Amino acid sequence: MEMDDTQMQTPPFEGINILDFTWTGTGPFSLNPLAFYGATIIKVESRERPDALRSLGPFKDGVAAPEQSYYFAYCQTGKRYNITLNMSHPEAKELVKRLVVWADIVADSYATGTMEKWGLDYDNLKKIKPDIIMLRTCMHGHTGPLAGHHGQGFILTALSGVDSILGWPDRPPAGAFGALTDFIAPQFNSVCLIAALDYRRRTGKGQYIDQSQHEAAMQLITPLILDYTANQRDLTPRCNRLDNAAPHGIYRCRGDDIWCAIAVFTDDEWKSFCRIIGQPALAKDSKFATLSQRKQNEDELDRIVEEWTVKHSPREVMDLMQAARVAAGVVADARDQAEDPQLMHYNFFEEREHPVIGKIPFYHGPCFRLSETPYEIGRATMIGEHNEYVFTELLGLSDEEWARLMAEGVI
Amino acid sequence: MGKLSKKSTVSNNEGMLSPYRVLDLTDQRGYLSGKLFGDLGADVIKMETPEGDPGRSLGPFYHDIPDPEKSLYWMGFNTNKRGITLNIKRKKGQEIFKQLCRTADFIIESFNPGYMDKLGLGYSTLSEINPGIIMASITGFGQDGPYKDYKAPDIVLWALSGLGFVTGDPDRPPISPGYPISYFFSAIQAVIGSLIALYSRGITGRGQYIDAVTLLGLAWATGPEVQGLWPTNKQIVKRTGRIWPRPQVRASGEVSYIDVPLIYPCKDGSVKFFPFVEPGMLPSTNGLTQWVVEDGMASETLQYVDWSTWNWQTVTQDAVDEIVESFSRFFMNHTKSELWNGAQERGIQLYPVFTPTDMLEFPQLTVRQYWEEVEHPELGDNIVYPGAFTKLSDGSCKIRRRAPLIGEHNEEIYFGELGLSKEELVLLKQDRII
Repeated sequence: MEMDDTQMQTPPFEGINILDFTWTGTGPFSLNPLAFYGATIIKVESRERPDALRSLGPFKDGVAAPEQSYYFAYCQTGKRYNITLNMSHPEAKELVKRLVVWADIVADSYATGTMEKWGLDYDNLKKIKPDIIMLRTCMHGHTGPLAGHHGQGFILTALSGVDSILGWPDRPPAGAFGALTDFIAPQFNSVCLIAALDYRRRTGKGQYIDQSQHEAAMQLITPLILDYTANQRDLTPRCNRLDNAAPHGIYRCRGDDIWCAIAVFTDDEWKSFCRIIGQPALAKDSKFATLSQRKQNEDELDRIVEEWTVKHSPREVMDLMQAARVAAGVVADARDQAEDPQLMHYNFFEEREHPVIGKIPFYHGPCFRLSETPYEIGRATMIGEHNEYVFTELLGLSDEEWARLMAEGVI
Repeated sequence: MGKLSKKSTVSNNEGMLSPYRVLDLTDQRGYLSGKLFGDLGADVIKMETPEGDPGRSLGPFYHDIPDPEKSLYWMGFNTNKRGITLNIKRKKGQEIFKQLCRTADFIIESFNPGYMDKLGLGYSTLSEINPGIIMASITGFGQDGPYKDYKAPDIVLWALSGLGFVTGDPDRPPISPGYPISYFFSAIQAVIGSLIALYSRGITGRGQYIDAVTLLGLAWATGPEVQGLWPTNKQIVKRTGRIWPRPQVRASGEVSYIDVPLIYPCKDGSVKFFPFVEPGMLPSTNGLTQWVVEDGMASETLQYVDWSTWNWQTVTQDAVDEIVESFSRFFMNHTKSELWNGAQERGIQLYPVFTPTDMLEFPQLTVRQYWEEVEHPELGDNIVYPGAFTKLSDGSCKIRRRAPLIGEHNEEIYFGELGLSKEELVLLKQDRII
């Protein structure tokens, strides 16, 4: 497709301004895609209570310092300006109002109470800027008895059913690794925010988005909820098995704690599989010839599969199987992931230099690629890093006033 | 229970995306994409092969009857769509598809890379017909790169992304979700990309193509705990099941871990609690500690612990184990609901591990009218669904209609909108084009 260079280089969200009161994972992840494509974000922190992730490791050199958290850095790969405001100070509230006038989107990720206390609830924002778009995301949404409830994604996986699908039938669930809802919920928010920007462009109307991260995360298991509401059947963990495939699982490979995934759906794939493991006769064995036979004898089948996989590296298994059109993949550890040729092909993880952390290689952009519009990623900001720029150049305060506000602890 | 939705079979396209039309060619990997468009008001036309979409064979099934019109998997992810049948492998079907493209804004598909091109329906062809068209492809590995033609079921992507290795109990193999969720990490991303393209189209007047890659979405979701310590400290994070290890990194770069459970068994199930002491979480940890002390279950260490000076970088495993032991005994002495109710009173961040039974009884969801009862006249029944994925001030994110039956809107669209004659429709049907 041909376009002239100027069109190609104009980021679509250039001129879209976001006042960012979010912290931890979900909020920043919701806004990052807009920043990747040109939106300007001002992140508001306070010196007394910085972003909670700044105190969550892993840390550079193991030092629990605010500018050394890899966790914080990972969530802030959309370019931002960073300012500090002491919101308990009356003058800070006046400054914020001016930033609301500047903003197209105001976002926060607090439970009900904090934005209200600061006079920044939607009704107030609308008075300052009638077409403002407000994104609020918290555990349970901003209505109902749990509106003021504090929580976090490491445990929200429990309420949303994500933990219950990750376990063995004979044990309590192992649960999700990490705060998986912090990676589910924000995707819905990005969708809503961009739709709201388009809606405002067409109608001149703003929008209020009230996300319960719990409600958003449950969307992924809708069929399992319907199985309960329509069939009264509750969820039981099934681990690595799937109704319409066998073998389907994670199998031990050569070495210590080394694994591969294999999934065989069709009888043709089964024949190829048997050929590769050097047992073509198995394909006709009446215990395994059809999917239903393989499901019936799945324990025995899994043992046969593993007798072969333990003699191979996961890379060999994947290459041999995929060459024969059978689904298989390395169970990648951090090193495999860092060296994965497909992730590298997409240049997914990129290195950026941070003034305190130094070079770290896990900055990332969007999880898709647009054919015509490039994206840009940034590095994590430091507390108050852009106070001078934002308050003097953007808001036009004099140097003297800026110095006074600093001295009096307003910013 | 939410209010009965009387609109489930009525066309009502109000919503933020209501001026737009989406042609949805996805299979189960991408159903959620079209559904999100529909939830926000777009006119989504789900296109199926004349015999019905393959995803209709996925269970669970309504009343356990394996019938293409009774797949709860299909129903769950195809609400807010109209449905037509069309065989795009046939020339006549391709002509009709191209006609539909003229009035569409978005196309979403989840075929193997290159499939649409092979049919002569690739982005370059379609953009000639409609320069504004925005087309998104959802695949496991993407349209390009060394893995592009690899088979990519959920478990394989889960494995390669890095999530597999860190999920599960240490004494057993790694696990994948017993219910596939990998593709949701590209299905939603495809919508984000499409909407960025829409916003861009407002400036340039031209559409574009979106390559939504599941592997990227899942690799992102492994997070900094996995990725942070490999490049810097050459440390491989392993699966630890219910335990969440907190790294202690020495100045030498050497890393060791303090093991803290996240999930604890209780009297009638499991609960999830983490003794964070980071800002904002101190009251929660103090709250539980005090409760355990009041119950007489606290060891001496826990009774006198000062969480405000707690430092995960310097604590010993012995100290943590002693505290965990007190917590564990305390939890085993209570039910999920006792723990949840007490946690609410005391401001403790503790959640029971829920299955759908618990979800349907959760008062917060009822008060927020999360559940929507959707009419299924064809089943003579109403079914309760998870409702809007978010709450908008105008209430426009909601279920407007149940998932379509096979070819339910053929007449409405082919006859009513494309202007085909009834005779033509009959011929197309006989010829198995629709």
